[in-house]
Amino acid sequence: MRLEPLEKRSTFRMIALPVLALIFAMAICAVLVMLSGASPFQVFGLMVKGALGSRFAALETLTRATPLIFTGLAAAVAFRAKLWNIGAEAQLYIGAVMTVVMGTGLLPLPWPILWPVLMISAMLGGALVLSVPTFLKTRFGVDEVVTTLLLNFVALLFVSMLLEGVLKDPMGLGWPQSKKVLADAVLPRLVSGKRLHLGFVIAILAAVVVWIIDRRSALGYEMRAVGHNAKAAHFAGIPVNTVLAKTALLSGGLAGLAGWSEVTGLKGNLTLDLSPGFGYTGIVVAMLAMLHPLGVIASAIFVAAVFVGADAMSRTAGVPSYIAQVMVATSLLSMVSAIMLTRYRVRWR
Amino acid sequence: MEALDILFTASLWAAVIRIASPLIFGTLGELICERAGVLNLGIEGIMTAGAFAGWLTVYLGGGLWMGVAVAALAGAMFGLLHGTLVVPLGLSQHVTGIGVTLLSTSLCYYAYRLVFPEVTSPPKIEPFQPLSVPVLSDIPLLGPALFQQSPLTYLAFAMVVAVSWFLYRTPAGLAVRTVGENPAAAEAQGMNVTTIRILAVMAGSALMGVGGSFITLSAFNSFFFEMMNGRGWICIALVVFSAWHPGKALLGALLFGLFDAYQLRLQQLASAAVPYQVFLMMPYVLSIIALIVMSRRVAYPRALMVPYRKGER
Repeated sequence: MRLEPLEKRSTFRMIALPVLALIFAMAICAVLVMLSGASPFQVFGLMVKGALGSRFAALETLTRATPLIFTGLAAAVAFRAKLWNIGAEAQLYIGAVMTVVMGTGLLPLPWPILWPVLMISAMLGGALVLSVPTFLKTRFGVDEVVTTLLLNFVALLFVSMLLEGVLKDPMGLGWPQSKKVLADAVLPRLVSGKRLHLGFVIAILAAVVVWIIDRRSALGYEMRAVGHNAKAAHFAGIPVNTVLAKTALLSGGLAGLAGWSEVTGLKGNLTLDLSPGFGYTGIVVAMLAMLHPLGVIASAIFVAAVFVGADAMSRTAGVPSYIAQVMVATSLLSMVSAIMLTRYRVRWR
Repeated sequence: MEALDILFTASLWAAVIRIASPLIFGTLGELICERAGVLNLGIEGIMTAGAFAGWLTVYLGGGLWMGVAVAALAGAMFGLLHGTLVVPLGLSQHVTGIGVTLLSTSLCYYAYRLVFPEVTSPPKIEPFQPLSVPVLSDIPLLGPALFQQSPLTYLAFAMVVAVSWFLYRTPAGLAVRTVGENPAAAEAQGMNVTTIRILAVMAGSALMGVGGSFITLSAFNSFFFEMMNGRGWICIALVVFSAWHPGKALLGALLFGLFDAYQLRLQQLASAAVPYQVFLMMPYVLSIIALIVMSRRVAYPRALMVPYRKGER
């Protein structure tokens, strides 16, 4: 078996293959569902209903999509420049740490000033975390995949230390949690009585901003050039290391915003279970969107729907909700295969 | 000085070897993959799969060695998946590896919940018992450390020799190294680059699976979620530390084990003064430092992470 590059990518392939990939992923999950003795049609039906079937369910899906848009953008921005940031989880948590450090009483500011201050702090926190592996990559040639992965563990332990130490809420009955952020820091709900908050709108704005940077700015052009071929970019006079550093600031900052939005929009304080792997899931979100900033919005909503739907389904149908993770992972692998096949033809000899 | 006394306890050195054992398997496995030119970030998930598959086999009535074999098989299957996606298809090895980790981990958790829908405390098995080597195990300090270990630990040490011999003394090992250094030259020699790379990834992943099974069949006696705890990623750092040599991989795993065992004991000593999280962070920080220190002198396989397509340069 070998692959032959196609002269030009046909529109048919560009649409049919990704659709086939998703159908393939669903088929695998259907088999797994049958192993549990349930009917796949009923289970998928319950998942769709649980994710989109009511106003409450749909709003819950958008709430869950909010951090995923941020972490998905973080991965998309970095991967475009071939900076393999697998550490969005750490950057999210440090962004959240910065939010509670600055937002729980240190700066008693009115909201129009406090919001930007907290956003910038969170972005700086996340950016700083990614700057370390990026510096090690450009200066010493240390592979950033391993360092960003290892830093996820370091960051979580660091947060745990802070929550049992300096950031611990004295009124928290001994639980490892931070104080609540000031009322002026809290993001308003978009629908009263529901959990969807302004962070969702800001996430979409962030996607638009990233898209504009990507398409309209010199930095966006340079980032793509570095990602496409760093050597060629270097010969063309693009300062590769500077571009990578800027990419790291942007990517880490976006992941930091995910932490800010979860704290100020949803949870109110920082705990160790702030993120159930949003950083890792962001990678899947970015890949499903083919690294397109606006596509990230759609794929984040899709992935969030799978998770919210599976939670609702497992309560009624008794199929383990881990099927959501399996579904997301199989979608990722089949989707990256499909995207590759839009550019190549398979020859079976 | 109490902190120094720890170094002269047999229990410390026994723990060093115990902590190093799964890392030896994992590091050797990753080393074989990378020597063939394939980065395998599926390692964290593949070790989880080995831990789960091996443990479930024993729980369902299989023997312990049967569990180890099933763990190796499970590892090899995920290796086949990773290999197929990145070698002939040429997908990004980073993204695919993370995908394989997500897939195999979530499959294990799903399967665990299918088999045990409502358990509150994890079911237990009878794990490997330490095997004392007569006479040698009576040597003070080193005896209990080296010669009163789980049979899987002895297997880990044997694998270091076996993998060295394989890579440097057999034609198949030469083939693996060649496709990782210069696939075009390998092709010119009549080797099938695709097949050799896939087989190497499968073999390496089988070793990772066995490393995972050490955790559930020897170190503990049940399966928990998140029990790999980054060991796979640490193995990837150890491969760089080893400069892709099996002997140095053993050294790296032992150094890491020493550090980890020592910090655990120091933690009990200094828990009042220093938060315990600082000690727990150390293994990860140490891995990063090792990467920085080694980065200057490593000669990594030249075709690592470069997909090979016939006729393309």
